[in-house]
Amino acid sequence: MANPVESQIKPYTMNFGPQHPAAHGVLRLVLEMDGEIVERADPHIGLLHRGTEKLIEYKTYIQAMPYFDRLDYVSPMSEEHSFVLAAEKLLGITPPKRAQHIRVLFAELTRILNHLLNVTTFAMDVGALTPALWGFEERELLMEFYERVSGARMHANYFRVGGVHQDLPAGMLDDIEAYAAKFEKFVDDVEGLLTANRIFKQRLVDIGIVSGDEALAWGFTGPVLRASGIPWDLRKAQPYDTYAEYDFDVAIGKTGDCYARYLVRVEEMRQSNRIVQQAIAKLRQTPGPIKVDDRKIAPPPRGDMKRSMESLIHHFKLYTEGYHVPAGETYTATESPKGEFGVYLVSDGTNRPYRCKIRPTGIAHLQGVDFMSRGHMLADAVAIIGSIDVVFGEIDR
Amino acid sequence: MNEETLQALGAKIAAALPGAVTGTEIQHGELVVRTTREGLLQTLTVLRDDAGCRFTQLVDVTAVDWPSKAERFEVNYMLLSVSKNLRARVKVTTDEDTPVPSCVPLFPAAGWYERETWDMFGVFFAGHPDLRRILTDYGFEGHPLRKDFPLTGYVEVRYDDEQKRVVYEPVKLTQDFRAFDFMSPWEAMTDVQLPGDEKAVIPLGASLRDGSVKK
Repeated sequence: MANPVESQIKPYTMNFGPQHPAAHGVLRLVLEMDGEIVERADPHIGLLHRGTEKLIEYKTYIQAMPYFDRLDYVSPMSEEHSFVLAAEKLLGITPPKRAQHIRVLFAELTRILNHLLNVTTFAMDVGALTPALWGFEERELLMEFYERVSGARMHANYFRVGGVHQDLPAGMLDDIEAYAAKFEKFVDDVEGLLTANRIFKQRLVDIGIVSGDEALAWGFTGPVLRASGIPWDLRKAQPYDTYAEYDFDVAIGKTGDCYARYLVRVEEMRQSNRIVQQAIAKLRQTPGPIKVDDRKIAPPPRGDMKRSMESLIHHFKLYTEGYHVPAGETYTATESPKGEFGVYLVSDGTNRPYRCKIRPTGIAHLQGVDFMSRGHMLADAVAIIGSIDVVFGEIDR
Repeated sequence: MNEETLQALGAKIAAALPGAVTGTEIQHGELVVRTTREGLLQTLTVLRDDAGCRFTQLVDVTAVDWPSKAERFEVNYMLLSVSKNLRARVKVTTDEDTPVPSCVPLFPAAGWYERETWDMFGVFFAGHPDLRRILTDYGFEGHPLRKDFPLTGYVEVRYDDEQKRVVYEPVKLTQDFRAFDFMSPWEAMTDVQLPGDEKAVIPLGASLRDGSVKK
């Protein structure tokens, strides 16, 4: 008979990350393991904490914009979207129709950009390399659109309180249309590699199952919530900008496992592509201004500044002092590619936010890794982290 | 979500929780429910379970620091009702020493949100199962989002090649930290009469630039 002391295996602690390719950035996951089985997962976050919320309190509203690109650096414009909507609510302004359509167009291009990265690197986490190579090529094309409209591939700083910074350059709509026409084929190709792939399904199906009630209680939003069968999308439920005018479907999953989360994201790319095509048509029919006609909030055109003293003064005041936002507070959320991205903005009537709380999407999902991965194998924990789409820029802020 | 619905809901909540809810209001089309520390858990329970509310999702917990107020921290709970398509914000105030009851038993999602609020503001949540710091460094001191915490912080880190490790040192600024106050003094002078100002006063009955008549 074996000695009882010898046959007992002590649970041991394992450090996963922060320098691990499957940790999606700087996640440090302390795992308590019983052999190969995860007994408890304790994510340590904050390794990328830059104090964004504190910095924003010391910046004017215009200067606060670029910080939002750097939160979730995979979907920059979606983050800007929440902030401009919050500030517009406090100021009581509505941007012109064309600006709203441009924002919708770029929010959806951003969604494709984000899901391309997530779906393909997720596949890489579980062993498929080809989708990542294809996906990054497609992302580069989308970043070209970013660059043409804002001058930067990633940190666009393109949305503005009261509209967008510039109108689309000539010919850009045609190029986006050509891209959108081909995109459906690309999604088919990626799906051909993954959706029915036996290895891919073995790694994902029935892993990290989250029921609808669990997803709500743990504060899950976005594709992770929808994969658990809750049909909730802020673009439909609480439409902002011109989303109410668009025709698209909300994808939901049935099983709530990693595979459902993958399928929801793939379908969302197709739906986003539909919205992009509709936005192009709407933008062709909607010429006009792209920011509010209020010189205290939006800068004057460059040409005016060369001739008009008043415009020059407005420009100077706007870029030094900024605008004063009436005292008040709002919690404004948008459906970012990862879920509900909210901004709780408190103004005390000065030109700087008194408090700007950023509600990241990933923090709730990452908190759920503990209960999702309990009882699973170590390799399944990697699949779970890949499926919840975490980016540490926004979680750590 | 129109304002009347929210107003009616607010009145209903206030009526259902006498003593616990100290006031409800609509700000920018958002429902705000003010409550006390003692009544917080009761309020959140009713908001979550009442058939007319069903705020089953706690989206975020955060605080705002108002150092001039007696109870300087205002803790906010953002709630979302997926079935009713409603949002609400529950507010409770506290100071540095008084704990707020933790709502982890009601919403498991609150775990990390309350840890973050503790880390950033030093608001203590009584009954929290695991109230550790979350975003700041291991061994960090202070609560960075308090208004009296300097933007530059107190310590900085660098890799010391001789000791072969990261060392912590007090922050040295090569240039003083500058904060510009853009509240214009001229705007504050509008109700002050200086000698000669009376000449600029527009007489009654004079026609103004926008076509109206000075009354």
